Amino acid sequence: MEMRGIFAAELDRMMEQDERIVVIDADLAKANGTLLLREKYPDRAFDVGVAEQNMASIAAGLASYGFIPFITSFCPFATRRICDQIAVSIAYASQNVKIVGSDPGISAELNGGTHMSVEDLGIMRAIPSMTVFEPVDGIQLKKAMPQIIEHNGPVYLRLFRKKRPRILAEDYEFNLSRADILQAGSDVTIAASGIMVEEALKARAVLKGQGIEAEVINVHTLKPLDSETILKSVVKTGCIVTAENHNIIGGLRSAVAEAVAENFPVPLRSVGIQDVFGEVGRLGELKEIFGLTAENIAAKAQEAIAAKNSQRTGGKQK
Amino acid sequence: MIKDRAFFEAKSSEIRRLTVQCIGDLGVGHLGGCLSVVDVLTVLYYAVMNVDPKNPHMEGRDRLVLSKGHAGPALYSILADKGFFPKEELSTLNRAGTNLPSHCDMLRTPGVDMTTGALGQGFSCAVGIAIGSKIKKDNATIYAVIGDGESQEGQIWEAAMYASHRKLDNLIAFTDYNRLQIDGPTAEINSLGDLAAKWTSFGWFVQRIDGHDHLAILEAVQKAKADNQGRPSMIILDTVKGKGVSFIEEAGVNNHNMPITQEQVQIALEELS
Ligand SMILES: Cc1ncc(C[n+]2csc(CCOP(=O)(O)OP(=O)(O)O)c2C)c(N)n1
Ligand SMILES: [Mg+2]
Repeated sequence: MEMRGIFAAELDRMMEQDERIVVIDADLAKANGTLLLREKYPDRAFDVGVAEQNMASIAAGLASYGFIPFITSFCPFATRRICDQIAVSIAYASQNVKIVGSDPGISAELNGGTHMSVEDLGIMRAIPSMTVFEPVDGIQLKKAMPQIIEHNGPVYLRLFRKKRPRILAEDYEFNLSRADILQAGSDVTIAASGIMVEEALKARAVLKGQGIEAEVINVHTLKPLDSETILKSVVKTGCIVTAENHNIIGGLRSAVAEAVAENFPVPLRSVGIQDVFGEVGRLGELKEIFGLTAENIAAKAQEAIAAKNSQRTGGKQK
Repeated sequence: MIKDRAFFEAKSSEIRRLTVQCIGDLGVGHLGGCLSVVDVLTVLYYAVMNVDPKNPHMEGRDRLVLSKGHAGPALYSILADKGFFPKEELSTLNRAGTNLPSHCDMLRTPGVDMTTGALGQGFSCAVGIAIGSKIKKDNATIYAVIGDGESQEGQIWEAAMYASHRKLDNLIAFTDYNRLQIDGPTAEINSLGDLAAKWTSFGWFVQRIDGHDHLAILEAVQKAKADNQGRPSMIILDTVKGKGVSFIEEAGVNNHNMPITQEQVQIALEELS
């Protein structure tokens, strides 16, 4: 099932039980799967048209009235377009609004550079009180929805809207503030998010063939970061690689670097968009163009391990 | 060449064929919103605008901002036909590495005057360009095309207010009033109300015409230049989303970003020949 289908089905299920939930779209309800909700909930599911700023502050008003609004758009328009409305009407005023952006990073594919959010995580992470979450697959999305609603405060849901390969098992236990250790390993930590998790798992297999045991962590919640899990892992492995579908500035690499540098500095290497804008293409092509690949993660893991080893030998190795 | 009705009819059919073909090569694209603006773009680029395909950055040229940037392929078809770049390039539309991305990009495409794709912004850019032309006193005319759904963006009305405050009589804008956006008919999603009255009250010189009648478009542009009395001009174009290809028109609200098969491309090309 497509992620947007799961998202809408969960909303439907919870709107049935919880009359506080409201869904507001800005002319991308078809794209985000939320259009169908209007038939069943004509009062609580509506569209304000192509007016994202208005949508964000309308949601804040509704939240002040006791509702829990979900607002949806594409990632760039749900974040950078409206970051002042999110910062002031929603976060600063402490209103319980859930912000849903779809097509993160290069997954905007044929919509091209204007629609590719390379900065949304940086923006949202820097807004006080914001929780920032990116599910890795449909199972995680489904399990996260009740916790997102239960959490009293703004949440940014970064949603890949099409089909995702399954990463987690049906009986997996989800905790919004706990990163998932998907595979244990002792030589290098790979912290990945979103579409990069499957690449990280592929990289792990490649590394295994080279005699390297990588620990793969799915960092679904970028803020608050589960630094405990990440630090425990780097204490064991001694080096870390981050992999994200976002600019290397402001997102996962930055969050991990902050946590590691302050607590247990180890060599860090990163895979992500190298501070450039996106462009049109299919997902597979764009992964190659921007280096968001398993091969690149594996190469960076080798680099991180080499840096660790050279540190341990006091840099005396030739 | 005499720019009469027959000329415009033939030219805009040709542009529609190129547009459907390049989107068809890819198999999906913004067919509806491209086809609805072909007629106004045809009149502007073949009978009105002072541009030079050999010198796309010519100083003092007239400029066009396609604020509804998703109609890029219609503009690219015209720019290719006029010789800004080879027609063969049209088949690279929206493929990795192309100079013709789905939304207009001034850094990639010769002849594109402003980057657009985040709705609302292009229109303010057009206001800035018009102010620039006033400062330089180069007598250029700045054209802008916005969508009716796009008109729901607050930024459109910020730009509208300021353009009239600055008496930008060198700015001629068009609303592609095709009555549809993605999620439904504009009137059902967020009604624009009396659109002409809104623009008039914002201080603009407003005309409303059939957006597929080339001579009416030409006449309205001439009138906008002659009779504006120091005001920016808004020409509201009553249009049909998907105009010119029956099955695309009939798809209605589903023609926004629509898949198209090679068979359907052939059907469309026949209807347009
Ligand atoms: C700021 C922003 N929000 C949302 C979108 C996604 N989007 C692209 S086209 C469109 C609908 C535009 O409707 P309209 O202006 O009527 O265009 P037309 O009917 O001419 O295609 C939307 C919502 C966008 N490109 N930019
Ligand atoms: Mg429209």
